[in-house]
Amino acid sequence: MSKAHVYKRDHINTDEIIPARYLNTDNEKELAAHCMEDLDKDFVRKVKKGDCIVAGDDFGCGSSREHAVWSLRGAGVQTVIAKTFARIFYRNAINNGFYLIESEDALSKIRDGDELQINLKTGLIKNKTSGKDIKFNSLPDFALEIINDGGLLEHITKMKK
Amino acid sequence: MGMTITEKILAKSAGKDKVKAGDLVDAKIDVVMCHDVTTPPAITMLVEKGIDKVFDPEKIVVTPDHFQPAKDIKSAELHKRLDDWAKRQKIKYYYKIGRAGVCHALLPEQGHIRPGEVIVGGDSHTCTYGAFAAFSTGIGSTDTAAAIATGQLWFKVPASMKFVLNGSLGHGVYSKDVILAVIARIGTDGALYRAMEFVGPALAEMSMEARMTITNMAIEAGAKSGIIGFDDITKQYLDEHLRDKKEYTVFKSDSDAEYIATETFDCSTIEPMVALPHLPSGGVPVGQCAGMKMDQAYIGSCTNGRIEDLRIAATILKGKQVAIRTLIVSATPVIWKRAKDEGLFDIFYDAGCVISAPTCGACLGGFMGILAEGEKCISTTNRNFVGRMGHPKSEVYLTSPATAAASAVEGKITDPRNFL
Repeated sequence: MSKAHVYKRDHINTDEIIPARYLNTDNEKELAAHCMEDLDKDFVRKVKKGDCIVAGDDFGCGSSREHAVWSLRGAGVQTVIAKTFARIFYRNAINNGFYLIESEDALSKIRDGDELQINLKTGLIKNKTSGKDIKFNSLPDFALEIINDGGLLEHITKMKK
Repeated sequence: MGMTITEKILAKSAGKDKVKAGDLVDAKIDVVMCHDVTTPPAITMLVEKGIDKVFDPEKIVVTPDHFQPAKDIKSAELHKRLDDWAKRQKIKYYYKIGRAGVCHALLPEQGHIRPGEVIVGGDSHTCTYGAFAAFSTGIGSTDTAAAIATGQLWFKVPASMKFVLNGSLGHGVYSKDVILAVIARIGTDGALYRAMEFVGPALAEMSMEARMTITNMAIEAGAKSGIIGFDDITKQYLDEHLRDKKEYTVFKSDSDAEYIATETFDCSTIEPMVALPHLPSGGVPVGQCAGMKMDQAYIGSCTNGRIEDLRIAATILKGKQVAIRTLIVSATPVIWKRAKDEGLFDIFYDAGCVISAPTCGACLGGFMGILAEGEKCISTTNRNFVGRMGHPKSEVYLTSPATAAASAVEGKITDPRNFL
């Protein structure tokens, strides 16, 4: 079960996910301690392993810092469900084997604190709190291949063998 | 159906005759740009995975810039990791402190950017190099690691959007104002996943430095890349800057190439622009916010820290006193020296400005001019997100160097045309 942390916002950017003042480290644990700090000071206290974030359009816009993905993952976030994702963030997530879900409906069908059951294979989110189901399109095949291999470098290493 | 310049470059890099938007290609990388924030983690990944190698030590360009000179112990450690690796791998083009500069100003200046090539860098503003008719895009650390080790990356060929820039810029209006007007119209995701191709007569009146300000901010509209075609101005810049490898291939978009959308601008009607907090798409003509009190002015960055930008600022600051904290940050050591030799530093000193060494510095809230709670900064940088230059409750207003300099003198947002 995954608890939803809903931000009814578009353009949640990398400076909000992990402010640049913390980019002097790439330690996932340290980055996790400041995850979403400038947007929601309490996020790190609230989030539990396996939870998810739900947001609007253009999630992850801004910098190329992969630290954004690492800080979310380090904080325990399992996946981000958004209407759309910014390009570099999207790529960084796939390259880290971190799943993203694109959904037009999620923001209107999920409320903060709802308990979700997410099935990546069938492309279905069951909202256990409201009883509503939300369908989503799976990632494209090449992205799934990278994720299933555990990330881009693992994928490359495997392809070379 | 013909191909766009972007499709042609990606086709060549993938060894194909033809590609179209949406195709997945394995592109051969010509240049990988590495800096102090995103490359150290990439190096660690390569070492951990047992693939600690570089595909070609002459095709990787390394410069610390974000936190250089080291702002604290942790950033010093990042620099040390970068330094150890660059030496161990015998990176040919490694710009150590003293020659290091803001990457996107440094690479073209030092002759590493050639038309028709594929350039990637661990920084979102890598799209800057598209001003040279190259395909250029920002990547994260894992992609940087893959590019360093293999010299190849997968790309989805982006659909292209055409931006037609007609007319001539008015007095006191610069390329920064144009790109802020473009982003204000289409939004921060208006070109998501796409290539922004800029064409039109207004470009013919812009130097390469001015053009780089435009492609630099393509990412602020969500784009994968920004690109401007080759002309005599490009050629002249390359003749002056290319060093070791002088040959390159020039690609042009076909007349029947496919564009997903076309946006036309009459540049003669664009006014000096100010992007209000907290998105780069918040641009309004300066008249709509003139008089707003500022606490700091920042002139620098990969967007507007080149010599032309400093000259424009100096024209306005000459013989005046700044009313607020004003930082002048040359993007590279060469720019710094030229500014000094041209007497610009005397003008800045006399006006009461701080003159910094080259660094990304406060643009991303690193150091050298961080904002306190509630403070407002007029800045020639590229992002005005929440907390970008300091406290989460500080504010950043994006403008041209002219508007920043005029506002520095008045201590409030000011139309630069009052001074020109």
